Amino acid sequence: MDAGSLNSSSNLKGQSRFPLQEQFLHRRNSKENLDRFIPNRSAMDFDYAHFMLTEGMEGKENPAVISPSREAYRKQLAEALNMNRTRILAFKDKPPTPVELFPQEHSSSVNPVKSAKPRRHIPQTSERTLDAPDLVDDFYLNLLDWGSSNVLAIALGNTVYLWDASNGSTSELVTIDDEIGPVTCVNWGPDGRHIAIGLNNSEVQLWDSATNRQLRTLRGGHRSRVGSLAWNNHILTTGGMDGQITNNDVRIRSHIIETYRGHHQEVCGLKWSGSGQQLASGGNDNLIHIWDRSVVSSNSATQWLHRLEDHTSAVKALAWCPFQSNLLASGGGGGDRTIKFWNTHTGACLNSIDTGSQVCGLLWNKNERELLSSHGFTQNQLTLWKYPSMVKMAELTGHTSRVLFMSQSPDGCTVATAAGDETLRFWNVFGVPEASKPAPKTNPEPFSQVNRIR
Amino acid sequence: MVSRTVAKDIITLRGSAAIVSEFFGYAANSILYNRGVYPEESFVKVKKYGLPMLLTQDDGVKSFISNLNAQLSEWLEAGKLQRVVLVIMSKATGEVLERWNFSIETDNEVVEKGVSREKSDKEIMREIQAIMRQIASSITYLPCLDEPCVFDVLAYTDKDVAVPFTWIESDAKLIANPQMVKLHSFDTKIHKVDTLVSYKNDDEWEEQ
Repeated sequence: MDAGSLNSSSNLKGQSRFPLQEQFLHRRNSKENLDRFIPNRSAMDFDYAHFMLTEGMEGKENPAVISPSREAYRKQLAEALNMNRTRILAFKDKPPTPVELFPQEHSSSVNPVKSAKPRRHIPQTSERTLDAPDLVDDFYLNLLDWGSSNVLAIALGNTVYLWDASNGSTSELVTIDDEIGPVTCVNWGPDGRHIAIGLNNSEVQLWDSATNRQLRTLRGGHRSRVGSLAWNNHILTTGGMDGQITNNDVRIRSHIIETYRGHHQEVCGLKWSGSGQQLASGGNDNLIHIWDRSVVSSNSATQWLHRLEDHTSAVKALAWCPFQSNLLASGGGGGDRTIKFWNTHTGACLNSIDTGSQVCGLLWNKNERELLSSHGFTQNQLTLWKYPSMVKMAELTGHTSRVLFMSQSPDGCTVATAAGDETLRFWNVFGVPEASKPAPKTNPEPFSQVNRIR
Repeated sequence: MVSRTVAKDIITLRGSAAIVSEFFGYAANSILYNRGVYPEESFVKVKKYGLPMLLTQDDGVKSFISNLNAQLSEWLEAGKLQRVVLVIMSKATGEVLERWNFSIETDNEVVEKGVSREKSDKEIMREIQAIMRQIASSITYLPCLDEPCVFDVLAYTDKDVAVPFTWIESDAKLIANPQMVKLHSFDTKIHKVDTLVSYKNDDEWEEQ
């Protein structure tokens, strides 16, 4: 039961069980029994004395005499047999796990999916390069457009070629006569079937790409070449070298419905906002004008909403932000080299970044808050910027001459560029097409409902 | 005048249970804050024990601790509570990383005969303050909890305690081969609380 009884019993009878130990004890005992003070202990009853010191005490219940070591032993035993004396209880309902409250940096290891997204791989080289012989190396023209039906149109000299991105096939849409050429701009209608072609002789032709048939020619809007075009449903807006901007209703015989006068040099940049309400125009006169449709249609006097005079060189690159209305990005030419951001509601310049080289084109990423710019001398690069921090995310090089024209695939992921080096390159700069499917569906035709109301 | 002073220093079983369970509430909050189990911004500062203490504002944690306190004071008044353990576990693996052990020794004479003891509030508060300071400074030697953690509270009670409806029996959630640090104690003369923190010993290579 306890240490005391174990000792006494082993002294008496445990010999066979622990031979070595017992022999030792016996020898010691016999030696101890014989000292000079008590030479003979035979009369003493050790067993009785031991009993009185140990077992006897237990009966008397005298806790004060219990040695500290025995007390500790008992405690340890109680601890070991805890389950017999204690219940361990816990609430059924556990406290809330703190994960929802954790800021992102704490749980970075928990959600690798989320952190993986910003670390999207941006290929540093073009995915595909096509020859573009006879591409007119002219900053003020717009010779490349990727339509909503996934067909890319490019004007090479007097000819407009169609490159079907879904199967890579090339076809010739039209070659115009030398007297009226070359082609100075191409622009797909929102349906991805009709295409407008601006010519050097101030005419604009409308073609049906499905049947390869010319539908009509728009004349009388300009006195010189038409370098820029922009569709707003059935309205085709044309910008000319004469500094004029004309709104043409392509459905009616007298197609010129409005004329915007504000530029006094060639209009080279022309973009309708996503809502179709505002038109941004940029010119060789270093000006940007914002035109508002509602103002114009109610008043025959063509007055701009804003005149933005901050650029110091020609403005061709214009891009409306797809995720923030009234936000316009613009890029200046060789003498300016800046990208500027505008609130077109107030006309305020929000930011200006010196890129170090001519800005030929600007495109927003439809899926991320990023902006891509194409440049001229010295690098002829594409630069991907994080918006609004304007941190450079990537610089893509490959073109050996200024990257004049830039257009985005309908899924928003691939960018086509055409440069003075007579190549057409494709870049997978805006990510892989997966979740982006619904976004471009709604984006190209945000004003289709407006059309039906009228 | 003399009788008033004496009356002030008398402590009853009920009063002692209230002090001890309140201590657990503040200690648990302090541990959850200092060990970063819940984000800093979910705590607000209050003044208690002459110290700035932090209390959670998270409704779930708040109600968990107040339910716990209600049950603990009941057991403390009955003298059935032997120990309270706050366990911090890895959220991902459930591994026990820290055990905050509060052992309670109850004066059974008080429970059985309903007598009271004498100890001034001030003295008890001073003892508790020392423990709270130690909990706050424990972050200097405890290993970093660099993963999301959850906590649980275990109550060790006498065997004859009926398990309340909202409680279940649990295992002890022990740490194998732990490091242990004993903190200060406090004593209401009715309940004596010893505080000990044990934690996962992950510096084994240092001892070899």
